[in-house]
Amino acid sequence: MPDKKQDLIDQSLQDLNNDGVDRRGFLKCMAWAGTGLVWTMSGGVPVSRAFAKGYGKDAGKGADFTFVQISDSHIGFNKPANPDVTATLQTAINKINAMPQKPDFIIHTGDLSQLSKPSEFDTLDQALKSASAKQIYFVPGEHDMLSDNGDQYLQRYGKGTKGSGWYSFDHKGVHFVGLVNVANLKAGGMGSLGHEQLEWLEDDLHGRSASTPIVLFAHIPLWTIYPDWGWGTDDSEQALSYMKRFGSVTVLNGHIHQIMQKVEGKVSFHTAMSTAFPQPAPGTAPSAGPMKVPAEQLQKVLGITDVNYLVSGRSLAVVDSPLGS
Amino acid sequence: MTKNKLWISGVAVPVLIAMMLLALSSRVTANAEPSAPAAAVKIDNFVFGPQTLTVPVGTTVTWTNSDDIPHTSVSTEGVFKSKVLDADEKFSYTFTKAGTYPYYCTIHPKMTGKIVVQ
Repeated sequence: MPDKKQDLIDQSLQDLNNDGVDRRGFLKCMAWAGTGLVWTMSGGVPVSRAFAKGYGKDAGKGADFTFVQISDSHIGFNKPANPDVTATLQTAINKINAMPQKPDFIIHTGDLSQLSKPSEFDTLDQALKSASAKQIYFVPGEHDMLSDNGDQYLQRYGKGTKGSGWYSFDHKGVHFVGLVNVANLKAGGMGSLGHEQLEWLEDDLHGRSASTPIVLFAHIPLWTIYPDWGWGTDDSEQALSYMKRFGSVTVLNGHIHQIMQKVEGKVSFHTAMSTAFPQPAPGTAPSAGPMKVPAEQLQKVLGITDVNYLVSGRSLAVVDSPLGS
Repeated sequence: MTKNKLWISGVAVPVLIAMMLLALSSRVTANAEPSAPAAAVKIDNFVFGPQTLTVPVGTTVTWTNSDDIPHTSVSTEGVFKSKVLDADEKFSYTFTKAGTYPYYCTIHPKMTGKIVVQ
């Protein structure tokens, strides 16, 4: 907690350029943005905690394995909400590297780049080279498929994937499915998986034991968070209908640059923070644009630490979810 | 012969001047015509504004992205398609036929708009 003297310093640092972003607010925002979630698989139940809080000695203890989700790096973005997104991505990577239990792999849930530029992908690749986990699984965000129908993305990150970049893999008894819901979006709609991918998904899950823990990951949330801002996926219900017989399903998304969570039956939904810039809570701003953290909203940004605290309290994940027996 | 030459130049100079004047006046006329109609759509806070824009045939509509996030302006029926517009970038299209032209942002498909050409 800042003391009075610190408060005075804070005030004097506030919004010197009158651009709506005070230095401290910016740093807070950076500290908050440069993060990711650690997922610990324990008996098929994923448990997450935010990076920002330190790991206790018990972190990862007794876990079958851990993996990390990062999202929305937006390499190439340079606006006031965060003029150095490469630095905050590096902060996230450094924190991954400092984890007491080395994660088996990293999942990046899309918006690697801001404008799908080769130079942006190059910068991302360069930064990710320094990650201790060498295996990184990607799904594209809408920013990664901007001008070339995703050709650039698919060439770099989509080798061996189907369609616009979807795929599945197994890791230590858990079945992971990476879905693409940012391609061929229809006017007036939200995210979309499309018929071909849904058929593939049904087929992919066919014949798997109901006790297999399933982790679905995609960029745009696979549950409807806020339709006015397009924060949902039009045909996600059909995808989720294929999950009904499974005992443990975890859905990991990005896109909205903040933590949201929901548990519905055996399915738990989570969205990750961005490594680049925060976005407003649904309906709290005129649009979903980057949140610039003006001085008068400093308290709100500080409040984000509470979100982190909640996460570190291990209540984010699916503690009460039924186990896939 | 000298007389002839003088006569020719006597005619040629005024003709030249007349031609120059003509050229000038035609330029002036072009400028004086009502300029090609233009209209603007501003992309701000993930909204096309105005959402419905009504313009006469021949109007050039210019979209300007005022957001920090890239957008596109793409005809739902394939009539026009902008490149990705980063912050402050513009895209123009001239509507030569009457009709209603719905369009959307392919990155944020909730963003839709309409140009009505009369």
